[in-house]
Amino acid sequence: MASLVSNVSTLVESGLRGPVLAPRRALALRAGALAGFLAVWSLVAGAVVALKLFNPIFLPGPWLVVGSLVELAVKGQLWIHVAATLERVAIGFGTGAVLGVALGVAAGSLVPIRNVVEPIVELLRPIPPLAVLPLFIVWVGIGEPSKIGFITYATFFPIFLTTVAGVRQIDPLLLRAARSLGARGSALFTRVILPAALPDILTGLRLGVALAFFVIVISEFIGAEHGLGYLINDGRNFFLVPQMLGAAVVLGLLGYAGNELVRLLERRLTRWQHPA
Amino acid sequence: MTTGGPKIQIQHISRAFGAPGRVAPALAAIDLEVAEREFVCILGPSGCGKSTLLNIVAGFLAPTTGSVLVDGRAVTGPAPDRGVVFQEYALFPWLTVTGNVEFGPRLRARPAAERRRAVDRYLDLVGLRAHADKFPTQLSGGMKQRVAIARALANEPAIVLMDEPFGALDAQTRETLQDELSRIQRVEHKTILFVTHSIREAVYLADRVVVMTSAPGRVKQVFSVKLPDVRDRFAAEFTQYESEITRVVKEEVAKVRE
Repeated sequence: MASLVSNVSTLVESGLRGPVLAPRRALALRAGALAGFLAVWSLVAGAVVALKLFNPIFLPGPWLVVGSLVELAVKGQLWIHVAATLERVAIGFGTGAVLGVALGVAAGSLVPIRNVVEPIVELLRPIPPLAVLPLFIVWVGIGEPSKIGFITYATFFPIFLTTVAGVRQIDPLLLRAARSLGARGSALFTRVILPAALPDILTGLRLGVALAFFVIVISEFIGAEHGLGYLINDGRNFFLVPQMLGAAVVLGLLGYAGNELVRLLERRLTRWQHPA
Repeated sequence: MTTGGPKIQIQHISRAFGAPGRVAPALAAIDLEVAEREFVCILGPSGCGKSTLLNIVAGFLAPTTGSVLVDGRAVTGPAPDRGVVFQEYALFPWLTVTGNVEFGPRLRARPAAERRRAVDRYLDLVGLRAHADKFPTQLSGGMKQRVAIARALANEPAIVLMDEPFGALDAQTRETLQDELSRIQRVEHKTILFVTHSIREAVYLADRVVVMTSAPGRVKQVFSVKLPDVRDRFAAEFTQYESEITRVVKEEVAKVRE
């Protein structure tokens, strides 16, 4: 707490975020934290082996995890699993995003549509998406359609809700200005409503990407022959803990990359908010 | 100067707000005609409904009774023949200065070369050529309002409606922009309806000043300002108009206080 509001002049200059660290110092801290994490993991894993604390198969060291990933990669299998997961996420999330934005813009700007769509969404939204996965499987089987449809279903909600919020917070004055300049119908949507709501829509997309990687794993546990979720489940069946952890690490990296991709898009598309 | 009939005819406009049963009248029976190329200022105490009147002419609000005619045709909604300049600028923050100014021409799918000429011309007119690639967040209030004026003019409206456009600016910037608007009008010859609560501003800019009563607003008195196009705020005639109008406005402000 002390450092939070330690010094009035720091507070005035940089607000509650505190002064900015030098980039090299920030990088050193981040790299140090990662190295420290790996070191602690290695130490514990090593100690388990050396002191025979418990069966070391439960906690393989990071080198074994990397080793199992390298082995999968050499055998050419890793890419097949990554591609299967990425394809499902891309199609499922893409469909969810298109539906979420389209319905969100419609519900945000047209009151009758909002009154029809919102109660249904509010009814379904509190149900954890994972609870309806078995339903998807019963309805459309365990093949690709249920996996992709499930991601679409799960990602739709955050994207829809942020889009509605984004459209509803548009300054009515901007709409008046646009109307008096002659914008109506589809031009009003593409030139004013969409760009004005874009920052919120992008926040929804970021939440959606995270959720897509979150739910794909579980749907790949069931009836999949490829995919990172399948790798984890397969590892469980055959007690290949390094493979389980390896697949999890790859999922983490993919989720991180997806998030960064949307952030890059965000920075490019909303440069106007913080022009250099 | 004037060709044919009046450019804008405001015919017996009234407007009430509020839920049925608790209706508060904002405007009562306004009649006003504005000639082509005329600069009319609407002046009145705050809450007198002057902005409501402007919003009705713009087509943003429907009158409770009466109608507005432009070139003899009834106004049914906003349209590009009536450009609007707002007190809060209302620039599109995701567009650069250029993007804002060419918003109207782009909607009408004007070719790029023509849009470029329009942008250059109107940014020159408001002295912002050097800031063409900036975003609104990078501009001061006075610059934002210049962009808003350029954006309205680049759409080539016959009528420009201005709703206290300089109300949010500091006194210095305000006078500079009044000078610029006066100069622009000598070049552009638009029909302008300009809402303000500054008597000085009204006398400086207007051909006619319409003083409104306190709510519900009606036309109290109309002054024709017979001063040269380029006005001197310290000339004896100028201050005489100022004090004459001040006296009339004060009666209305006093009524609000009672």
